Amino acid sequence: MAISVEDTVRAIIAEQAGLDLADVTLDSSLESLGVDSLGVVEAIFAIEEAFDVSVPFNANAPQDSGFDLTSVGTIVAAVQGLIDQQAA
Amino acid sequence: MKRVVITGAGTVNALAQDVSGTLTAFKEGRCGITALDIPDIDRLSIKIGGQVHGWDPEAHFNRQQIVLFDKFTQFTLVAARQAIAQSGLNFDGRLGNEAGVVLGTAGGGVNTWDENYRSVYAEGKNRVHPFVVPKLMNNAAASHVSMEFNLRGPSFTVATACASSNHAMGQAFHMVRSGMARAMVTGGSESMLCFGGIKAWEGLRVMSKDACRPFSLNRNGMVQGEGAAVFVFEELEHARKRKAEILAEVVGFAMTSDAADIVMPSRQGAARAIAGALKDARLNPADVGYINAHGTGTAANDKTECAAVAEVFGPQADHLMMSSTKAMHGHLIGGTGAVELLACIMALRDGIIAPTIGYEEADPECALDVVPNVAREARVDVAISNAFAFGGLNAVLALRRA
Repeated sequence: MAISVEDTVRAIIAEQAGLDLADVTLDSSLESLGVDSLGVVEAIFAIEEAFDVSVPFNANAPQDSGFDLTSVGTIVAAVQGLIDQQAA
Repeated sequence: MKRVVITGAGTVNALAQDVSGTLTAFKEGRCGITALDIPDIDRLSIKIGGQVHGWDPEAHFNRQQIVLFDKFTQFTLVAARQAIAQSGLNFDGRLGNEAGVVLGTAGGGVNTWDENYRSVYAEGKNRVHPFVVPKLMNNAAASHVSMEFNLRGPSFTVATACASSNHAMGQAFHMVRSGMARAMVTGGSESMLCFGGIKAWEGLRVMSKDACRPFSLNRNGMVQGEGAAVFVFEELEHARKRKAEILAEVVGFAMTSDAADIVMPSRQGAARAIAGALKDARLNPADVGYINAHGTGTAANDKTECAAVAEVFGPQADHLMMSSTKAMHGHLIGGTGAVELLACIMALRDGIIAPTIGYEEADPECALDVVPNVAREARVDVAISNAFAFGGLNAVLALRRA
């Protein structure tokens, strides 16, 4: 893939947050970027479509979903994990 | 202002295809949520629901009717037949001009949309059945009830997502109370347990894959149901004169809008609706013994609803019972408030409070008496029924023991 996982995830989140790509750093949290709960669900959908993966996420119990949404960096790592899992 | 009473009730839902069976299930705390039996279930990640199993349209309708009636209309008509039979009313004479039908549904003929989209998109057909439009329209159920029972007064359908039934019953209440109608057939229906109906909900990521556990700390989402409940609302003196059996009195109704978010509930919006229904009924918080909660089993609804109740009732909140029957019949979306009104009637009439089943762990943010898992005997004079819809539209009814 020409564009990295990190760049794609950041672009998806930047679009949700209505921010420039440069403002979406790996250590920023979705909350600090102003992405609300509906935005989270939409970003996850966009990630699933972009990488053709299935993200285990339940809005009722985000912490139990096995998909770490703490920061942009943890999301990138989780997406990479799903891609690796699928390749394996 | 006229007083308004309920003189008939009928239902079809996952627990039973009549009122007595449903109330028995409520008393037993039985769960009607099962593995879904629908086409293409393997492509869904949500595989459970409060489905009406063993539904046999031919037991209720002739061939021509079956071709014309979506399942949401079928459920409605069967429930309406039960309700009107129980009321003993006949609308063929002048009463029919003074009586109408107001029903709630969120999606209307979702199965009809689903089947016909499948046919033209997936199967490449270029022709659909001529009755697709009259079958799927949201007012189909209300219109067929009006035709079958000769109800010639005001009739329409209300669509406010998960509050549709409560908004509909509120309208019916207002019409009878104001003298605009002598009797109204009201309630609601939903039938969206089909591939497209469930797929749409999956997208929102709020559905549970295993169970509906309202107010429980380990709750993980809602579970859809299907079915209908229909009631006859009648002016009290009219009912008294003909010595009709009165199931309960409808004493108050209020509706509010959060004006805030399309999916997240609001404590203030819910609290204003609950307080508004009490004010409309000229009741004090201490009068209320039971609340049938909206109680969807989502993280957001249940804690917001408990906070709203705590706000309205203050210290009195510790003395009332609040349960969600959705863990038994699932969330009937636009039909849910109607089925849940049956639990209020049971509390008032039979003195039995339907439990919140599936309750496993106390949640400090839902610290009310949610009647966990087992039905309870208690004398209740006033019950209220909450419905809080996506779109921030709230509707609360208050009922009093007859």
